[in-house]
Amino acid sequence: MATTALGRRGGAAPARLRGRNRGGLTALLFLSPWLIGFSVFFAYPLLATVYFSFHRYDLFTLEWVGLLNYRYLLRDEAAWTAIRNTLWLVVVMVPLRVAFGLGVAQLVTRLKAGTGFFRTIFYLPSLVPLVAGTLGFVFLLNPGTGPVPAILSGLGLPSPDWFGDPSWAKPGLTLLALWSVGDLMVIFLAALLDVPKQLYEAAALDGAGPWQQFFLVTLPVIRPVVMFAAVTGVIQTLQYFTQAMVASRVASGATDSAGTVFVPGYPDGSTLTFPEWLFHQGFRDFAMGYACVLALILFAVSMVFTLILLRQFRGLTEEEA
Amino acid sequence: MRSRLLPVAVAALALLAAACTAGTENRPAAPQAGSTPDRTPVTITMWHGFSADSEIKAFDDALAGFRAAHPWITVKTTKAIQDDQIIQSVRGGNPPDVALSFTTDNVATFCKTGLFQDLKPYLAASGVDEAIFPKVVAEYTQYEGKRCVMPMLADAYGLYYNKKLMDGAQPPKTLSELAELAKKLTVRDEDGNIEVAGFVPSTQMYENAPIHTGVMVGAKWINPDGTSAIGADPAWKQLMNWQKDLVGWFGHEKLEKFRKSLGDEWSADNPFMKGKVAMAVDGEWRNAMIAHDAPGLDYGTAPLPVADDKPQLYGAGFIAGTVIGIPRGAEHPDAAWQLVKYLTTDTDALVTLSNALRNVPSTLPALKSPKLKKDPNFQTFLDIFANPASSTLPAHLNSVFNQQTLSDAQIKWESGRAADLDELLAEVDTTINEKLKLTAGG
Repeated sequence: MATTALGRRGGAAPARLRGRNRGGLTALLFLSPWLIGFSVFFAYPLLATVYFSFHRYDLFTLEWVGLLNYRYLLRDEAAWTAIRNTLWLVVVMVPLRVAFGLGVAQLVTRLKAGTGFFRTIFYLPSLVPLVAGTLGFVFLLNPGTGPVPAILSGLGLPSPDWFGDPSWAKPGLTLLALWSVGDLMVIFLAALLDVPKQLYEAAALDGAGPWQQFFLVTLPVIRPVVMFAAVTGVIQTLQYFTQAMVASRVASGATDSAGTVFVPGYPDGSTLTFPEWLFHQGFRDFAMGYACVLALILFAVSMVFTLILLRQFRGLTEEEA
Repeated sequence: MRSRLLPVAVAALALLAAACTAGTENRPAAPQAGSTPDRTPVTITMWHGFSADSEIKAFDDALAGFRAAHPWITVKTTKAIQDDQIIQSVRGGNPPDVALSFTTDNVATFCKTGLFQDLKPYLAASGVDEAIFPKVVAEYTQYEGKRCVMPMLADAYGLYYNKKLMDGAQPPKTLSELAELAKKLTVRDEDGNIEVAGFVPSTQMYENAPIHTGVMVGAKWINPDGTSAIGADPAWKQLMNWQKDLVGWFGHEKLEKFRKSLGDEWSADNPFMKGKVAMAVDGEWRNAMIAHDAPGLDYGTAPLPVADDKPQLYGAGFIAGTVIGIPRGAEHPDAAWQLVKYLTTDTDALVTLSNALRNVPSTLPALKSPKLKKDPNFQTFLDIFANPASSTLPAHLNSVFNQQTLSDAQIKWESGRAADLDELLAEVDTTINEKLKLTAGG
């Protein structure tokens, strides 16, 4: 009896498993594009990066060097300069961009006429390609030929050598970032237009002034959007590359021709960012093992901010639920 | 299912690993001396960096001689190629048969990694007499005993001077004379802004890179073991102090403002061609550019001025040039060698290229060829190239990094943002030596 019963169970189980297997295989098949993409473009490169970070790797030959690349990081002054610069941009540029984007969006929402025109005007700079925008900016501020120093000088005001002076180069890049704040402005604009009008009416009836309305009504309602802008801003700034590279190259006057040398981060390393140093290590100096160490650090820091962002979204979803 | 998936996964990983392997070894047997080349029709590919129509025409003209002498070899060329593309093609296992690079900065990496094949067996088998090249050429075409590229045309650096602005003054032969003349020829407006500079001493000024100016004081870059010789060589201090003094005379801010108002180095707005600068360090190619963009300019050329206490250096200069080789994995290395040999050793080919591109032909016989177009201004550079005291930046794994590190220090020093030159150069040494440990070990 028991044998029969077991036999029945034994006979029935494979049929169910086969069904499950078929279902699993189908699911796997549908998942395969993502699985392949994830493996080839994320998992494999990440594992390879970890593997290469313990090697001297010049793109052709691999030599195990243990922790040499990690130890070199501790002695690489330029890497620490790049870290300090990137942190400066995170601490100064990101909050200023968020504040400026929000301020411009506030102004644009309050306009009585020409709303479309001003929205377009403020948004347009963010459509300018990064290289072109940076080139234009450096030429505008060029102490020799730029119109901005000429105007300041005409007014009797001093004008710094923006991208030629180590103390002014990062503020110059910040100005450039504020000029192209249109992307953030659009997001804030959408969020501000979503704030229920009756909340303002109620606040006004309670005697709240404009600042109180902003801090007690607007800001709490659009808080998730501000948080999103701040965290994505930090992640983007950790990868800040093109503007710094172009500005320093143009300001230094270095060309790509044989015989001339471009000093990354000109002047005095003040515009050297972490991703830029990573790029030079890997693709100019062929120190790919060390570049992998820098890439892993960048990945880890970016991951922390991504997790903060995900946590914020989870919190938001729970609040809504 | 697991048992079926496992081999598939292993095979896929193996395929992925194979795809990610850096190029393939395809070393041909070394050619034998005196052997007759195989004359089976073959098509070879060649990548070069020329892009302007005039350059491409000059290169095609030079190739015409090769085609006539080697009718069984068809050469397919691809223009406007950079080193990055050559590297990727070798990594991808699909390199051209012949590749040309405009910079010598990567030669050490090319040789060390085997990215370009060692040409010594080919040179020996072909019986090429290496004495046709000035000795300095060997320093930038080989690394640790491997000659993985050959020189195809060279660049020499000297002093250009505007005769009208010089107003009868002779070109300076020493740094003191250069500084004195630079001050004398400088014109300022009533606010002290520079309108015409006698000479711009800034490191960032066009061709004033330390590889070119270091020759003026006979400065050394590296020790035989590859470590930095910069801090210990008083010549660098001599050069940097001279630069800083002259920058100080102009006023750093005024000079930077002037420098940043100047036109593009490679355009017709070049300040020397526009008469905004009386004297400038530049390569021999500027002659062709002046002929094209400023034909009315009355100018002369001379060797670079040298340190007052080293008059024996006068006449020498910095030498580098275009290099050409056979990448690893080239499909037709023997036919490729025929082309490399032709473009780097055939006098007529080099003279054709030199006459069209106005670069210095890279062999001594080509320098003496009666077909070579010469004029006094170009002759200066031919003499610099042939001068046995002329020098180059020896091939080094961190060539660009080393130059960047010293340039950075020079910029800090001349701007007054560094207080102690000894300390600054000691930092340069440390940075260069640490990087050497990272990339080369030791």
